[in-house]
Amino acid sequence: MKNNSIFKLTFWKGVALLMLVIGGYSIFLRYTKGLGAVTNLSDQFSWGLWIGFDILCGVGLAAGGFTLCAIVYIFNIKRFKPIIRPTILTAFLGYLLVIFALLIDLGRPWAIWHALVMWNPHSVMFEVAWCVMLYTTVLFFEFSPIILEKFKLYKLLKVIKAITIPLVVAGVILSTLHQSSLGSLYLIVPAKMHPLWYSSWLPVYFFLSAVSVGCAMIIFESYLSAKAFNRQLEFSLVKDIGRWIVVALGAYSVLKFMDLLHEGKLKLLLESSEETYLFWLEVIVGIFIPIILLIVRKIRENRIGLFASAAFVIGGFLLNRMNVSITSIQTFSDYYYFPSFYEIATTLFIVTVGIIVFNLIVKNFKVFEEVPVHENKFKYIVIDGREALKEN
Amino acid sequence: MNKKKAILIDITRCIGCGACYEACKEQNHLPETSSDPLRDTLSDKTFTIIEQRGDYFIRKMCQHCDKPSCVSVCPVGAFEKTEWGAVLYDEDKCMGCRYCMQACPYQIPRYEWGELNPRVQKCVMCYDRVKNGLPTACAEACPAEATIFGDREELIKEAESRIRDNPDRYYPYIYGLNEVGGTSVFYLSPVSFEELKFNTNLPKKALPNFTWEALSKIPTIVTVGGVFLTGFYWLTNRKNEIAKERFQDEQEEISKSKTEGDITDEK
Repeated sequence: MKNNSIFKLTFWKGVALLMLVIGGYSIFLRYTKGLGAVTNLSDQFSWGLWIGFDILCGVGLAAGGFTLCAIVYIFNIKRFKPIIRPTILTAFLGYLLVIFALLIDLGRPWAIWHALVMWNPHSVMFEVAWCVMLYTTVLFFEFSPIILEKFKLYKLLKVIKAITIPLVVAGVILSTLHQSSLGSLYLIVPAKMHPLWYSSWLPVYFFLSAVSVGCAMIIFESYLSAKAFNRQLEFSLVKDIGRWIVVALGAYSVLKFMDLLHEGKLKLLLESSEETYLFWLEVIVGIFIPIILLIVRKIRENRIGLFASAAFVIGGFLLNRMNVSITSIQTFSDYYYFPSFYEIATTLFIVTVGIIVFNLIVKNFKVFEEVPVHENKFKYIVIDGREALKEN
Repeated sequence: MNKKKAILIDITRCIGCGACYEACKEQNHLPETSSDPLRDTLSDKTFTIIEQRGDYFIRKMCQHCDKPSCVSVCPVGAFEKTEWGAVLYDEDKCMGCRYCMQACPYQIPRYEWGELNPRVQKCVMCYDRVKNGLPTACAEACPAEATIFGDREELIKEAESRIRDNPDRYYPYIYGLNEVGGTSVFYLSPVSFEELKFNTNLPKKALPNFTWEALSKIPTIVTVGGVFLTGFYWLTNRKNEIAKERFQDEQEEISKSKTEGDITDEK
């Protein structure tokens, strides 16, 4: 039965196949003809779609992993446990794909290990490299119970469970560091970046927007998984996440506008330039609309309303990262960059691989299954002592 | 070699002959890329160019900053600021992330986009020549002494005295002396640098400092974050334990008072 369904060609499978073929060819060209042949990158514009989307957006979209881990294990809000596995799976896959994308973008990908032995602690990139590497390892361990359970390796499972808390603490710290550091990458180019986006607060912006988009991704995925795998949506759970998004986006937007005010940049908001329009688009789509939608209880507690709000947050986030990495750099560069067909095809290839692998893992491993009953003694909901004792 | 070296470019003297351009090509064994030096652009095969702006000719090349962005951003330390001033690149370390190109305030580093094992390319201040006590190829070739090579301190004095002695001839500013924390290539100009489309918005502060302000907070984030997260875990867990203990105490008291009650009843 299962095998038949895999080989049955549906519309979406056709699309995926097409993406894989075209993207695969683009990647083949990149390795045989060089970066110059397949990308529109130039000496004036050395970071394009692959850094802006595959890396900056990819890492941000995977931020749900550390956010939810902190909520469940550190702040002990255990009722979110049922959605932790799909979230960790997304994060783990996300980081693997980021590394994959990096291997395509690097001019000398075989030298990637140099970051391990040739240290430059003054480089933000060095810090990001180490954090991403360590955090991917942490995610591997956080994800491993899903595999260990499947193959009944209970002894190892016990070891992993015992170190859950240290792992989560390490994961949260590493994520805080590199999520914000992706913003710090741009601190060194004050004269090369449009002032609407350059700010000494860039690392904080990147962190706050990563937390909000991480939460939005949990909602977004929950909704899509419910549809795709015919499951009940953990609606009572994810609707509460909507409120956290309001808090994170609220802090993010206030900080952003306070800094514009403080730096005397408010007048830039009234200019009629491509940058100003794109800035407003990013802020309205990614901050104002979702905040308004999520504040209204009726919308927040409606499946479609919540899903739409999350989609807005994600859309605004993508716009922001593209604005920071491309729009803002474009201003003072005499080169007009637009990604080439091959760059776009490669990016779509990576996204497609992500979706396919997610599907395969969900279908073959217990990603969505609720935690078995005997583990409920690890539930830490703060309730009266009667129930706490009952569980023993 | 111990003293810091520098290059002084006097725009009032430059005649745009292209001798520096040719000498640079020869010194670095670079192929011909254009028949007219005035129309060429910097590339992986051209480390210096001469741009005509109005009546003036401006040389463009690596500025060999004192606190170079490229040295600071390279994750594997492929760039090195030598003691005597040149900024050098080691292709054996490079992994090709191109952050140096992204970060350079002067847009200097060029990439071998067409290669399968690409390198970053730029002026290295004729490292091999200077090592042997020679001036850079461009300075040696210049027939008008528009480009001169020498000790940094002496060249600064020279530039200052030229401005002081000929106030009509020079715009009173040495470009490169304080830009991004100081560089090793200085420009003297007859008109304002804004007019010649130099980037005059560059901060005087060394750019790596902008990054370091954020990076230096990492130990604090790690330690405070670690304490906070572990502490919070302890707090939320403790709440449960207290709730359990309280319940047990209550149970004990209830059973105690029950037995006591039984005794009094008997009496």
